[in-house]
Parts: sequence; structure tokens; C-alpha cells
Amino acid sequence: MPRDGATIGRVMAQVAMVMNLDKCIGCHTCSVTCKQTWTNRTGVEYAWFNNVETKPGVGYPRRYEDQEQWKGGWMLDKRGRLVLRSGGRVKRLLSLFSNPDLPSIEDYYEPVTYDYDNLVSAPAGPDMPVARPRSVLTGKPTDITWGANWEDSLGGAPEHAGADPNLSGEWAEKVKFEFEQTFLFHLPRLCEHCLNPACVSACPSGAMYKRVEDGIVLVDQDRCRGWRMCVTACPYKKVYVNHVTGKAEKCTFCFPRIEAGQPTICSETCVGRLRYLGLLLYDADRVGEAAATPDEKDLLDAQRGVFLDPSDPEVIAAARRSGIPEDWLDAARRSPVYDLVMTYKVALPLHPEYRTMPMVWYVPPLSPVLDAVDAAGGNQDDPDHVFAAVTQLRIPLEYLAELFTAGDADVVAGVLMKLTALRSYMRERILGEPGDESALKAVGLTAREAEDMHRLLAVAKYQDRYVIPAAHKEDAAALSAMENRCPVESSGDPQPTDGRRVMLGIPTLRRRNPDAPAGGHP
Amino acid sequence: MSTAASLATTTSGADLLLWVAFPYICLAVFTVGHIWRYRQDQFGWTSRTSQLLEHRWLRWGSPLFHLGAFMVIGGHVVGLAVPASWTEAAGISEHQYHTTAVWAGSVAGVAMVTGLGMLCARRLLTRRIRLGTDRSDKFLFPLLSATVLLGITATAAHNVFGPGYDYRETISVWFRGIFTLQPQPEAITGAPLLFQLHALTACLLFAAWPFTRLVHVWSVPIGYLARPYLVYRRRTNTPVAPARARRSARRAA
Repeated sequence: MPRDGATIGRVMAQVAMVMNLDKCIGCHTCSVTCKQTWTNRTGVEYAWFNNVETKPGVGYPRRYEDQEQWKGGWMLDKRGRLVLRSGGRVKRLLSLFSNPDLPSIEDYYEPVTYDYDNLVSAPAGPDMPVARPRSVLTGKPTDITWGANWEDSLGGAPEHAGADPNLSGEWAEKVKFEFEQTFLFHLPRLCEHCLNPACVSACPSGAMYKRVEDGIVLVDQDRCRGWRMCVTACPYKKVYVNHVTGKAEKCTFCFPRIEAGQPTICSETCVGRLRYLGLLLYDADRVGEAAATPDEKDLLDAQRGVFLDPSDPEVIAAARRSGIPEDWLDAARRSPVYDLVMTYKVALPLHPEYRTMPMVWYVPPLSPVLDAVDAAGGNQDDPDHVFAAVTQLRIPLEYLAELFTAGDADVVAGVLMKLTALRSYMRERILGEPGDESALKAVGLTAREAEDMHRLLAVAKYQDRYVIPAAHKEDAAALSAMENRCPVESSGDPQPTDGRRVMLGIPTLRRRNPDAPAGGHP
Repeated sequence: MSTAASLATTTSGADLLLWVAFPYICLAVFTVGHIWRYRQDQFGWTSRTSQLLEHRWLRWGSPLFHLGAFMVIGGHVVGLAVPASWTEAAGISEHQYHTTAVWAGSVAGVAMVTGLGMLCARRLLTRRIRLGTDRSDKFLFPLLSATVLLGITATAAHNVFGPGYDYRETISVWFRGIFTLQPQPEAITGAPLLFQLHALTACLLFAAWPFTRLVHVWSVPIGYLARPYLVYRRRTNTPVAPARARRSARRAA
């Protein structure tokens, strides 16, 4: 990539993710395995480091994308400077006593468990025993009125989905929620591990940080003091308060697995094989400037401009100067994320207008296009028909544009046409025909590139999807100090009584544990 | 008050215990407790926010309590640490001082009591929060409430509605004596009972401090005003305290 003569600053590497939304079937396997791995503890019952939303829908927590209300992310002030939407440093310290923009548990949902025991211990009787829901916050029977995926597959959409903050503008009237006219797609979400993380910038204690080596954003559990400003600052609402420990917790990008060269648990267990993990090299010195790009619609290009071409000799030299090891440079050159984001440019960031420079990108969904062609009486194999249909999708381009390009529908249309051309070309190839390259040319692809994209997006072999270099063993001395410590320590469970861990701030008994006798200390 | 007055002439063993030994023990526990907890329990060192579970009472109660507390602490520093002769030298007459103290103190006290009342109320009335209340909270909230209520009652009884009690000539002298290592228990033995009880519960509060959520006071994030927004950390140079390194070495062994 030509760099317009600009010198390259500090080169940093980030393990980034791309998700191919066309393949997401909304099975929630990623969410469930993530929960089992990280948040199956008291205090974070309501927290889903990974959740899958149905779009359109209000999301989790409710209407989190409405930054007028929740004050997440960055914005430009009157003088064009980048400022946190939740206010400046002094204002943040003044709201330590009560954060006016913190979602309450009702905005997420009240976590419940069920009286499973009743199913086996109920006395014989004429009725089937039932497992009633019980709030884990109060221990009392409760009604379930909301959940992290309450709107799954448009459940309740006629009532709720109209409140989706992305449904703004005149085009939104075209969006229908009647059964035969509507559309949906699934949107798996996790922490974006942003280049310009608002949560880190808002943390008064300096407990949150971005790792230099792999860009993973973490909370230092020993330094977090529970000021909860990160929750407000994150526009994706992917930092959670553990209400038992009083500390912030978030997606760790499964860093113990990443350090071992393994994919995150959500990626590993994705049955749709839609997730990609790989390195992106970026110029850390240009992040602030890119995030302050005046026009929101230029933010996508600005962010792409921060990424560095790992095959460029100048970049390689700069990366070596910044201490990036050779095997990481090699992995960066093989990165599927770089291919999707930079080479083919089919991946787009979620809400670039939040100016956090998110690092989990999405290939927008195309599925309904071919249906739309059929419905219009067109020929699925004729690129002209398909291209025309792209602009008349049941998923309005404007809706996708609200999510992925700060409202620039042309960019989304370009990506969808590229995917359509790829599909139509590869369909012919697979049917044994030579393949008509005119459609490919129209979207700026060569036959070779189409084959490569097909292998990456459709065949999607494990080793092509995940290219993760392991952490360096020479760092092992520092790691050994951490090795016996879980980054998010448990609190509801009995602690080792060897006197090393004190945890005065932790209640010894929070509420009745199903395994413990009622009212007794565990 | 007759017993207190008679005790003022001599310093009995009980007085020594209450006004010399007890404060020093509390201060020792306060100091050693903080060092111990800071070294051993960084993970538990937090404000233990419960805003997620209840925010309507907190919205008003917490700022009222905290801002009131800042004023009250400031007032105590001036009232206890600054000798009356200094303010006189600064040209502030006893009457001016007294009037200002009563007015500002009343505002601060009412704010703090109202705020604390709301915080206690939500803790008692909101089941979610009541269940999350641990043993240290069950000790801290009554103790803090007792201290605050005794203080405001003493002021109200003696200085707002009463004839006026000049604690700066008595209690303040005792207080300064503690820190100048020249304890003067006789200075406080004549003080009204409400003030004495207030002083004793306050000592107890200081002793309890390191073992409760009050430790978050020392984490007030002033440094945030000056630090760069983005924080980068290397995985490789995680600062490892010698004590922890030794512990982990032992653990690994």
C-alpha cells in the first residue's frame, strides 16, 4: 500500500476478528461456550461477553446503540477535537458518586435460575411438577420478561423492534415487521478491542489497558476500584459491572488461548465457521488523528489507512524497529483478517461513527439477495439482475449502512455486489463452466482473487480462518508470575484457605447457593 | 454531666484507657490494617458499587452523602487540628468562627445525614442490595450512622439549640495531644457525654476503616486528571512486587 510519503510511526500488532454474517444461523453456540468459559459465576450472571442479537432489534442491553441516551464512544466537540461523549475528565470525577449514564440491571435483564430440584423432589401428585423461574438477585420467584436474546429471530418484533436505534431516517418506514415482509439477520457481538478504546480512556483508576503486543483490551482486576465509568464510555456496552466484586469485567479475547496460538472459544466453537482471526499491523501514532476524521463517513477509510501492509518492506522494517517478532510478521502476511479488511475490502466495522476504531469487523449479509432476484422474476445467474436486486433488498441497504458505514449505503452496496459477483462466478465454475468474468471485472476482482476469496469465505478451512502466532516464550518469566491467577477471580465459590487471598470486599454468602443449605455459610 | 465533671479533676485509669490507650490502639489498627490490606487484598479494594442493582435512591443519596462528608471532614480538620489561637491571630473572632461553623456544619451535617439515610434505606429496603450486604457492611453502616448521628446530635443539642459548648478548648486539645504524642486525657473528660460518645465511635470507625469498603477513599482517582487517555501496557513488563514474586515462586515450588 502506498503511504503517500508519510513516515511510519510505532507499529503495533493486533489480533483482530472478522465475522461473515451470511453464515450466522443464530445458534448462540458462541455465546454459550463463552458464558461457560468466562461468566458462569455469581455477579456476572447477566453478562454475556459474547451475545448474538437479531437485527433489527433493540439489542442487549436495550437500545445500547442510542448514544444520545447512553453517552458511549467519542465525538468531536465544536472545535473538532476528539472528546468522550460522556464528558471530560472533571465531569467524570464529579459523577463518581452516581453515574447518571449507567445502564441498570433492568436494561440488561434480571438473571434467573429455575427450581430444577422441584422436578425430582416434588411429592407424587396429579400434576406434573414444574421448575419455576427464580431471580438470582433476590432468590424470589419471578416472571421472565426480558433476556439477552429476547428478540431472537424477531420474537416480539412488532412490539419492540421498531425501537431499534438504527431505524432512523425516512427509509426506516420501509422496514416492515409483518411476517411475510420482514427480514432479519444475526449479529454476534463481543468486545471490539478497539484501537481507540473509550473504556480505557474513561477509567479513572487506569485499571484498563490495551496490550501492546496483541491489542487485547483488559481490566486489571487488582487495580479496578469500581468507578464504573468504562461501562458508560463503551458504546457497545461490552464492559460489565460484577455486582458481587464491584469490579468491571469484559471479554478477554480469550487471551490465554490466543497466547497459546489458539482461537478464542467463540471462534473455536462456531458451528457456522464464520469467524476469522488474524493479525493486523497498525500505526499506533496515527490512531488519534484517524479517530478525529471530521466526516463520519470517512472514518472507515481513515481506519483502513491506519492499517499497514505487512508485505511492504518499509512496514516490515518499521515493525522490526518496533520489536515485532519475525513469526508475527509472517503471521501478519498470512492473516485472513488482513485479506478481508484490506485486500478484498469486504469486511466493515460495526458503528465506525463511535470513533473507537473497533477491531471486530463484519462481512455484511447477502442471503436475501438471491431470494429477491427470484421474487422479482429475475435470473439468479445474471449479474445484472442480481446487482439491480442488491439495491432493492428486503434488508434495506440503509439499514446495513447505519450499522457498518456510518450511513454510507454506497459502500455497503459495493461490498454486497462484490459478494454477489463472487457467488455468481463461482457457481458457474463449480458447475463446470468456464465462468463469466465480466461480473468480476465490474467489481474489480480477478478470477484468481475470486478463487482465493471463495476458499477463504466458502471453503473456510480451520487453518485459513485462524492464523494466530503464539506469544513469545521469552516473556515466560513475566507470565509465570500470573500463571496461577485467573484474570477474573471467582467470588461466589469457596476460596482457598491458605491465607494468601483475603478478599475482604467479598461477601462470604451472597444468596442461597443451590448446592448449599439455605441460610448457612458455605 | 456531674460524673464527667468530677472526673475532670483527676485522670483515672478508666480515662487513660478511654482517651489514651483506646485512640492509640485504634490508630495502630488503622495504620497496620491498611498496610496489610493494601498488600494482601488489592482485588477486594473497591467501592463495591451497587448502582447496577438500584439507582433511583443512589442518584440522590450518594452525592448528598459524599459531598456532605467532604464538608464535614473539612470542618473537623479546621475545628480539631487548628488551635483557636491561630484563627484568633488570623482576625477571626470566636463568635464569627462559631457562627460560621454552626451554619456550614448544619448544611453539611444535614446533607450527610440525609444522604446516609437514603443509602441505608436502599440497603435495607431493596432486597437485591440487602442480600449483597456483607459482614463488613453490616458493621460499617451502623457504626458510621452512629458516629454521624452522635456528632450532629451533640452539635444540635449544645451549639444550635443549647447555650454553646466550646469544643476547641477541650476536645480539640485532646485530639491534637494524641498526634503530638503528648496525650491530654483530662482535656476531654469534662466534655458533654454526646461529644465523648461521638469521639469514641469515631475512634472505632478509624479502627474499622481498613477492613471495610471505606478503603476506596484512598483510591480517589486524582491522577486521572493528568494521565494520557489511552493506557498501553506490555504483557512482558508486568510489574511484579517482590513479595508477590516470592509467593508465586513458593506456589510454583
